[in-house]
Amino acid sequence: MSLDRSDVEQIAHLARLQIDATDIDSYGQSLNSILGLVDQMQATNTDGVEPLAHPLDAVQRLRADVVTEPNQRDALQAVAPATEEGLFLVPKVIE
Amino acid sequence: MEWEVVIGLEIHVQLATKTKIFSGASTAFGAEPNTQACAVDLALPGTLPVFNENALRMAVMFGLAVNAEIGKRSVFERKNYFYPDLPKGYQTTQLAEPIVGPGYVDIETEEGVQRRVRLHHAHLEEDAGKSLHEDFHGMSGIDLNRAGTPLVEIVSEPDMRSSREAAAYARKIHAIVTTLGICDGNMAEGSMRCDCNVSVRPKGEEKLGTRTELKNINSFRFIERAIDTEVARQIDLIEDGGTVVQETRLYDPDKNETRSMRSKEEANDYRYFPCPDLLPVVIDDSYIEAIRKTLPELPDARRDRFMSEYNLSEYDAGVLSGYSAQADYYEQVVKLSGDAKLSANWVMGELAKYLNQNDTDIKQSPVSAEQLGGLLVRIKDNTISGNIAKKVFEIMWSKGGSADEIIEAEGLKQVTDTGAIEKIVDDVIASCTKQVDQYKAAEPEKRGKMIGFFMGQVMKATGGKANPGAVTGILKQKLDALCD
Repeated sequence: MSLDRSDVEQIAHLARLQIDATDIDSYGQSLNSILGLVDQMQATNTDGVEPLAHPLDAVQRLRADVVTEPNQRDALQAVAPATEEGLFLVPKVIE
Repeated sequence: MEWEVVIGLEIHVQLATKTKIFSGASTAFGAEPNTQACAVDLALPGTLPVFNENALRMAVMFGLAVNAEIGKRSVFERKNYFYPDLPKGYQTTQLAEPIVGPGYVDIETEEGVQRRVRLHHAHLEEDAGKSLHEDFHGMSGIDLNRAGTPLVEIVSEPDMRSSREAAAYARKIHAIVTTLGICDGNMAEGSMRCDCNVSVRPKGEEKLGTRTELKNINSFRFIERAIDTEVARQIDLIEDGGTVVQETRLYDPDKNETRSMRSKEEANDYRYFPCPDLLPVVIDDSYIEAIRKTLPELPDARRDRFMSEYNLSEYDAGVLSGYSAQADYYEQVVKLSGDAKLSANWVMGELAKYLNQNDTDIKQSPVSAEQLGGLLVRIKDNTISGNIAKKVFEIMWSKGGSADEIIEAEGLKQVTDTGAIEKIVDDVIASCTKQVDQYKAAEPEKRGKMIGFFMGQVMKATGGKANPGAVTGILKQKLDALCD
């Protein structure tokens, strides 16, 4: 599998990354070399091997359904660039 | 051409846990913005999710209630997309290994169409926050109280063939989750939301047509209307030589139309992968069986019991058992009144009418089951007639009070004193000579119907308080005596 310029632009868009047009080729090369490694791994015969969701040989711990988090809005919003009436303000997103 | 409609539903059910799926923040509805959004919900760096056992238990309950295989191992994955009400930049959800595998529910429409709807699977995931687009100086406001609220997303197979079936299926899911107590079922508050996948194909065709997805419908009525509208649009489009485009559409209830949300569709690549912050969830048979023992009586079983225990028709039993709060209310009324059929008529009739007109959930009904039961007792013992009871009910609804208090205060007690009724009947017969002559001239078998007129006169004279049974008897006796 090999990526062309439009693939790189699409990936950047999905990740909301702004990239210079002059850098697209070099990003493409870097990504392609990663995909080359993936191709190499995919060539390995994995018949009968279960997909691995997690490398640790452990299972999820569970939490009791009890409220443990008090209201810390003031502290948590202290780092927000803009708030009003308790809301976080962000650039308008509606289309 | 004859068209067949094919519908599959994705229903999101908010689980009634006290806390979020991955944090200890409260999920209570209606709190001040962002007062129930902790560092985990805000995705601050260094925070890690810890899975809520109650959310797992509720999902398993649902799976057992819909005859599904329970995933003894389930895995959380990340669904990646960017939106300001999703602070992590991904939704934690399940894809390849969900908690609930294939199952089914049986539905019946009002027209009596029965169908088994297969469930593809149901999975656990987290809800997003809310974006408020009122004008904050050209910005949007974000409330993350809802972020991280546990959801079960229930995905059906495309097994429904009409909007009625889709609504009946949604009602059945609603009945199941409210009976299980895993969801409050409040659709107006968004506790249950529905996406409908709709396509059409020529009747007899096996291949599915191109589908569109109608997003975020939050009432049973809108499910029907949105699907009907979309089906008409697709058929018109195809018959005019066009083709249906696979896309997400939004239903506008005010204009009764669906419209494209295509612009959001362009980057529909979620790049799922297993969440490295959460380990596989593993449960065993004993965990599942312990939950199975806690299951309450489910809607289908309750309907069957209502039919056998209370002798109700399948339709009545289905309606009453269709919502657990209503079924509970009904059973309490039966207990107090001792009359299953009368109770059914009142709960599905007068009470339902007032609840609908006032857009009130039965849980918030101003007339309690005790009050209604007390009212029916007074119909049964002939203190009041059915018609007067409606008047009492109206006062009960608007002003409160027990049936006995209202009957007393309003002087509505039925006149059962035969002497008093006879006197009124005599007056009516004396003043309605024309109708009496007609009665006398009529064939005997037609006279029964004509009594209705005199009955009306007597009721008018007594303000509806005369006992209808006693009036009929006396009227018949006195009128027939005139005919001899």
